[in-house]
Amino acid sequence: MKAAGLLVACLSLLLLSGRAHAEALVLSLSNHRVQITSTWAGSDLVIFGVIDNDRRSVTRQEPYDVVVTAIGPRASTVVREKVRLGPIWMNLQQRKFFEVPITVAQISSRPIAAITAPDLRRRFGLGLEALLDPAGYDLIYDPSFRSALIRLQRNAGLYKTDERGVTFITPSIFRAIVPVPPTAPLGGYEVNVALYSGGVLLARESTNFEVSKAGFEQAVATAARQHPYLYGLATAAIALIFGWLATVIFRRD
Amino acid sequence: MQIYLPIAELPISIFLVLGIGAAVGFISGMFGVGGGFLMTPLLIFIGIPPAVAVATETAQIAASSMTGAIAYWRRRALDFKLGGVLLAGGVVGTVLGVAFFNSMRRLGQLDLVITLSYITLLSSVGGLMLTESIRSMLSARRGMVAPLRPVGHPWYFRLPLRMRFHRSKLYVSVLPLLLLSVLIGFAGAVLGIGGGFLMVPALIYMFRVPTAVVVGTSLFQILFTMVAAIILHSATNQSVDIILALLLVVGGVFGAQFGARAGQNIRGEHFRLLLALIVLAVGVRFASEIVLKPDELYSIGLTEIRR
Repeated sequence: MKAAGLLVACLSLLLLSGRAHAEALVLSLSNHRVQITSTWAGSDLVIFGVIDNDRRSVTRQEPYDVVVTAIGPRASTVVREKVRLGPIWMNLQQRKFFEVPITVAQISSRPIAAITAPDLRRRFGLGLEALLDPAGYDLIYDPSFRSALIRLQRNAGLYKTDERGVTFITPSIFRAIVPVPPTAPLGGYEVNVALYSGGVLLARESTNFEVSKAGFEQAVATAARQHPYLYGLATAAIALIFGWLATVIFRRD
Repeated sequence: MQIYLPIAELPISIFLVLGIGAAVGFISGMFGVGGGFLMTPLLIFIGIPPAVAVATETAQIAASSMTGAIAYWRRRALDFKLGGVLLAGGVVGTVLGVAFFNSMRRLGQLDLVITLSYITLLSSVGGLMLTESIRSMLSARRGMVAPLRPVGHPWYFRLPLRMRFHRSKLYVSVLPLLLLSVLIGFAGAVLGIGGGFLMVPALIYMFRVPTAVVVGTSLFQILFTMVAAIILHSATNQSVDIILALLLVVGGVFGAQFGARAGQNIRGEHFRLLLALIVLAVGVRFASEIVLKPDELYSIGLTEIRR
């Protein structure tokens, strides 16, 4: 039912939009405000897209390829390398990556390698290596630190790729699942969708969503930041009350 | 069942945290130690950011020392005057420790500082306790009683500002006492430990405080030092997670009660040997982390989000 409603929404948007290009994308994201509550353990958003080519101005020989890229908030990230120093292993080498996305999810309809040629992949940011490559995040280029960053973030579940995640419901309507990991940082996320055919970029469109704390979690985080002394006193009071309660409950005389 | 920790910013299993709280509480009740030296590493191990683990653990220590201090106070085994002097030093040490903690965090060296300090502290204290307990076990077997209170006063008793502590049967300069408590308060704030396992032996061996009052006095001092640490960590680095603290406190409080009962059935020397082995095991665990070649040489050190 929800999916059907979304489709209707997409289609009505479609009728309103008139584009000069041969193809245009119309997107609909299931949720633009992801709220973290006490039961939060990550979430999945559904994105629907319609490929608008109803004037049939062009017919493609090759099938459509869709790549959905969700990029989370950016942060300066330090990657450290342990080096042996005498008997111990210490973090001695480090590289700082400026304003690198904390989370990346790239979902495509086919393996990235099959969609376009390597130079275009690099230009369009297809695949994690390409996506994190061109912007000059690190001052000194060092491939081992860059691949370490990608590997570590992948293991932490923050960088994800799914090369069969975009499914076509009809030849011109597709859907994909955008994962929001449990440790997702708060802030704005950008979702870019690109349409390719025969290795050529046909259309691009983007939407966004925001991850924020809600309700009690929000209240606690706000209290900790805005009233730090009261917050500290409250935590201390809880500790002391429970400590005292234990002596009352377990008193044996 | 998962619960989201609002300050640590990650979901975690409620039962895992309660279980860790209960297990550490059991050990702390059994041996009369705060258990911070076990809890903080465990929290880091299950994925809590070190800064949050250290800052939050202070709440759990406050709760367990509250329970202990009340019990000793009822038995009148608590020297308030000595505790007050130690507390003054402890608060100064905590202020310095929190400032050091924050600056190391800014420099990105906090993890290394925590690891190295744990190794030094645990292996030296564990080693000392181990040799001491083995020696007393051997002499007990030979039918001798090891002298716990050596006679004669060391030089630092005669420094200026001498004060009389009736309950502890002590007439001593407050300067060495203050120095000791500043150092322990500092270590406590940086490492997320109460420091009972440092304070108790120091008071017994260096100041000849009677064993009967030493634990209660140490708990009293830890209680207020940790309250200061909670407030200072909250105010300066906002790393105290109240939900995590609550879970640890509840688990720890119950674990400690059962631990205290189990502890009554163990003989003194065996008891100290066991505690020494636990302390050493944690030290070895930390040491292996930096001595063995790690599986993954790289790590994400620090992320700064602009808010």
